[in-house]
Amino acid sequence: MSDLAQSALPGAEFEGFVTIREAGLQGMVTLRADLAAKPVIKAIKDATGCAIPKQRRVTLGEAASVAWMSPDEVMIFCAHDKAASIASALATALKGSFATVAVVSDARAVFSVQGAAWRDALAKICPVDFSTLSEGDIRRTRAAQVAAAIWVSGKEEATLVCFQSVAGYMFDLLSTVSAKGSEPDLYRLPTETS
Amino acid sequence: MLLLTCPCCGVTAEETEFSPGGEAHLKRFGPGSSDDDYETYMFQRKNPRGVHFERWRHAYGCGKWFLAARDTMTLEVFGTYPAQTTEPPPEIIAKIKQKRPEWEGFK
Amino acid sequence: MSHRLATGGRLIDRAQEQKFTFNGKTMRGFKGDTLAASLLANGQVLLGRSFKYHRPRGVVASGAEEPNALVGLGRGDSYEPNQRTTTTELFDGLVAESQNHWPNLNFDLLALNNLVPQFLTAGFYYKTFIQPRAFWKHVYEPIIRRSAGLGKAPATTAKDPDRYEQIYAFCDVLVIGGGIAGLQAALSAAQAGAKVMLWEQTAYWGGRAPVDMVEIDGEPADVWIRRTVETLENMPNVQTRLRCMGAGVHDHGYVLGYERVADHIPTSDAPRHRLWRMRAGQIVTATGAIERPLSFAGNDVPGVMLASAMRDYVVNFAVAPGKEVVVVTNNDDAYRTAITLRKAGVGVAAVVDARQDPQGALPMHARELGIRILTGKGIRKVKGGKRVTGVEICRIDSKGTAYTDKLDCDAVAMSGGWSPVVHLWSHCGGKLIWDEDGSFFRPDPDRPPLGANGSGFVQTCGSAAGQMGAVLADAHASAIKAAEALGTTVAAAAAPATDTMPDAAPMEPVWMMPRNAEYDLRMKMWLDFQNDVKVADVQLAAREGYQSVEHTKRYTTLGMATDQGKLSNINGLAILSDALGQPIPATGTTTFRPPYTPISLAAIAGEARGTVFQPLRRTPLHDWHTENGADWEPVGQWRRPYTYRQAGESRHDAVNREVKNTRQNIGLLDASTLGKILVSGPDAGRFLDMLYTNMMSTLKPGKCRYGLMCNENGFLMDDGVVARIDEQSFLVHTTSGGADHIHAWMEDWLQCEWWDWKVHTVNLTEQFAQIAVVGPKARTLLERLGGMDVSREALPFMEWRDGKLGAFDVRVFRISFSGELSFEIAVPASQGRAFWDKLMEEGKDLGIMPYGTEALHILRAEKGFIMIGDETDGTVIPQDLGLNWAISKKKEDFLGKRGMEREAMIDPMRWKLVGLETLDGSVLPHGALAVRAGKNTNGQAITEGRVTSTYYSATLGRGIAMGLVERGPERMGEEISFAGEGDKRITARIIDPVLYDKEGEKQNV
Repeated sequence: MSDLAQSALPGAEFEGFVTIREAGLQGMVTLRADLAAKPVIKAIKDATGCAIPKQRRVTLGEAASVAWMSPDEVMIFCAHDKAASIASALATALKGSFATVAVVSDARAVFSVQGAAWRDALAKICPVDFSTLSEGDIRRTRAAQVAAAIWVSGKEEATLVCFQSVAGYMFDLLSTVSAKGSEPDLYRLPTETS
Repeated sequence: MLLLTCPCCGVTAEETEFSPGGEAHLKRFGPGSSDDDYETYMFQRKNPRGVHFERWRHAYGCGKWFLAARDTMTLEVFGTYPAQTTEPPPEIIAKIKQKRPEWEGFK
Repeated sequence: MSHRLATGGRLIDRAQEQKFTFNGKTMRGFKGDTLAASLLANGQVLLGRSFKYHRPRGVVASGAEEPNALVGLGRGDSYEPNQRTTTTELFDGLVAESQNHWPNLNFDLLALNNLVPQFLTAGFYYKTFIQPRAFWKHVYEPIIRRSAGLGKAPATTAKDPDRYEQIYAFCDVLVIGGGIAGLQAALSAAQAGAKVMLWEQTAYWGGRAPVDMVEIDGEPADVWIRRTVETLENMPNVQTRLRCMGAGVHDHGYVLGYERVADHIPTSDAPRHRLWRMRAGQIVTATGAIERPLSFAGNDVPGVMLASAMRDYVVNFAVAPGKEVVVVTNNDDAYRTAITLRKAGVGVAAVVDARQDPQGALPMHARELGIRILTGKGIRKVKGGKRVTGVEICRIDSKGTAYTDKLDCDAVAMSGGWSPVVHLWSHCGGKLIWDEDGSFFRPDPDRPPLGANGSGFVQTCGSAAGQMGAVLADAHASAIKAAEALGTTVAAAAAPATDTMPDAAPMEPVWMMPRNAEYDLRMKMWLDFQNDVKVADVQLAAREGYQSVEHTKRYTTLGMATDQGKLSNINGLAILSDALGQPIPATGTTTFRPPYTPISLAAIAGEARGTVFQPLRRTPLHDWHTENGADWEPVGQWRRPYTYRQAGESRHDAVNREVKNTRQNIGLLDASTLGKILVSGPDAGRFLDMLYTNMMSTLKPGKCRYGLMCNENGFLMDDGVVARIDEQSFLVHTTSGGADHIHAWMEDWLQCEWWDWKVHTVNLTEQFAQIAVVGPKARTLLERLGGMDVSREALPFMEWRDGKLGAFDVRVFRISFSGELSFEIAVPASQGRAFWDKLMEEGKDLGIMPYGTEALHILRAEKGFIMIGDETDGTVIPQDLGLNWAISKKKEDFLGKRGMEREAMIDPMRWKLVGLETLDGSVLPHGALAVRAGKNTNGQAITEGRVTSTYYSATLGRGIAMGLVERGPERMGEEISFAGEGDKRITARIIDPVLYDKEGEKQNV
């Protein structure tokens, strides 16, 4: 099956003052449930190895990570071909309780924004104070005219998730704002401030 | 452009992340209701000059609806609170009373 | 003649010569020059013509307040009109041209307007051009259009090659203005621990202080400025930006900043402009003050300049405005100009002081230098046309009928006192008070603009606050107040340095020079240089009954030009107040509106141009459509193929081919844009029963049901097929346009009204590519793929199954929007393209073809199926469309039920859905109105219906239509008349809307 599947913008890449890369197929499972309920905590732990993340945080496991999306929703990131099994494990574990599980891998496109100045690139399109975000944080916001979730996935990297239908728009947008020569030098690099 | 704090996800964001939903604490009148009640529910809005309670959705964020108490003249925000209530919480009322002693109260 | 001085110029680098052209003539300047400075250095005093009278005009000011010296910059795609030469940094290769003259700058025929100024007085366009009526359009307007206005707009074909961007930024304290007050405020706020942003609109720090002979801690201001900037730049909590103007202060600490990143380096990779969308906890405005002109006859002749601007040119750029200068003033400050000129070796013919006995330190100093001072005098009139040749002096309290002295000069420096720049303070509601001593409005610190927490969020300091002497202590105090307002624990802020200036004696307001000037003189005293508004115009407005300053502004156009009255505002108010016989504060000011100076439209657009102008939503099959001749149609932000044209085929033919092929063979439709919302939970059935007009809770898993959604008014807003997945979950299909809106609608009810109901929704719209396989051979094709039994028995009409088709994970719905045998197949979006390719390949010999949205519409219209947005327009209830069968009578409540019970909704005269066939088989025009004979009480035609959908049906070989007609279903067979183009009437018969396969046998095979 995997040879039949393709991501929204396979292989798209742009080298600006940060590097924009379409991340390829990414498994995603949404879970809506009472995140404080014990069976839910256990089901997530069993299916992903992760604890329930705190508000606007992402917890990392070996094969999956879990992102806080709203007070009653988490998103599980995993390998594309693992999404179905994780979803079904969760559904089975939570059978009978008020919880909804859905695979949403293909509804989304994922981009990595790599480079120390990723905040400077995203500051041009997101009304977010990126100095308040540190590694492991996730912030749902707006990137220019479309919805986006920005996960600080590394020391010098952010992962941006948007709807699949606007992948082309997002790639063009990210390429535009990270064009060489347009560095706004707004966010001082950590090495300079520390 | 307003800044509002979403009580559901804790984010303080600018107005463009939210979508407005008009007056808060409306009571729904469905089948069997009088014409007057139905008209009030559908069409009568307070539109005050001063203290007002409004619905907002964190459309570009957590997707949740919440309510805001705000002064429509000065744009002062007295507070935001979850939407699952039929009237403003006491601490919001108290804060408004303290800042606007002349306010007639929520009705 | 203006010229470059042999030495000096603190901002220029004489080692870096830069060439530029003005009206085609090559000129030379230095790096660090403004364009205005280098033009003056080249002896170019005449720079443009005025708006109405085409009077010769030159540079008046040295900064953002300049009203006159506007030029067109650049060429072709990069051309930009109305650029202020005083804020344009010179660069090598700059191209400038003057504006608003014909045929050229030196000889302007339209200056004839100047000879008949009585036709162009205040409100001239309301009065003069009324009669005869026809003359406005054919005579007056063309002439006015030709002679008025400033620069010309760039060509409509021009495409700006530069890049622009925006940036969102956040800080605790934003300091606007990089003069010494702003620098001190930034330093103090930063030392107090705040995260600070500092903006300066020009290309250099320090503002006026070095030019104004300020000393700080006993040293020239430049020393302190350098040191302070260095300190700030090394502080981790401080960001500084030159060439960044605070354009507007808005609600809740939102500030727009306009950074001209690369205007001065046009060949760089950097974006030309960057719009800062700043959120600041506190704002300190250190925006300085602007000198006011004096109103004397001929104050607009090239060579008359603000006194402060004149010393700016001398000190900053080593440019002398002339060889012999007369300084005219009502205050001590202008003596700085006289002293500066004298020290630079420029002739000072005299200082003409309106005051009787100026005894301040500066006048004394001037006397010591041997400068001639005429006291109690004013300028009667300036001599000269394209350039000052001299002035006539008279007693200040006279009518100016005769002169007392005549002085030869080639430049005049004028100073009418200073006005704080209060724009940013005022934008968001900060109030002003009148300062009697300085004769200006200044911010009232007790009435600041209020922020989100109800407290003031703007502080102001230095001369912007009306502190016209020492400013550093004030700036420090403002910064500490700002930091404290943010809750910062102020600890480390060091005491500020001490800035000293010579003591100044009080100024004396002079709003008109001489004070009792006769009419002829008042006719030549300019208030608003750019819009050509004079003292006499404002006085005329007052005589004609204008009392409100806002009305007078619009009537006279005072302050309405691109400089927004930066020089004219207070002088105009004073003249109006005097004419109305009331004090200036009683007249008040006009409203200060952002932006402070004009900003480029491109900066406002930011990145949103070209491919990112707006989001384009693509389905997983988008590229296939592109590669296969899709003729696109926008559907919201989606693009959907309207039809697929084959070589040599017209649009119309392509659509007809697609319709026929789908009815005869097999058609493929990309239906991925359809909304797909998972509704799940113990109360999901109950919830859908509220949302839909019909019953959904009784639907069995595995089955599908069509349903209607109404808003609380009872008006139909969406429709679609609901599939029950299991006991607790339903998959709701919405219209393409409704997906996001209906999902939000569901969440609204769940979160805000029925929050105790256990229902989740998940918008799965984009998780799946959805492909409709439609036509009599559809089943044959799917059987070829194998993997799922798609027989009538295994998968009957209005049911669905999960499974495999070939290698693909599919959910197959037996639903039909065409009346044909139809399978709508959802596959994960990532497999969408491969699945579509597979279908096309396997179906080749079955005659498979894709069809677009137009064929989709025709196929459904032949079946009499409604389309949201065609048959509905937000005022149509389901009963209007004959959909009563889809409205549950059993349910006590559903959204819209109460609304449908209203009197108007049960009116038997409502327009209702019918089919329409023209007698001649033609296609009715879209939206055509049915017109009945006679007139209504208003004498208008009476309408009794309208066309909602109309197509050519290739299946039936004629035009088909649906429409809403008054009592339509009761009038079957009746002929009614529709309005066509012009007087044309088209007769159509009312028929049943279902025109194809009335029994529904084809879709049920």
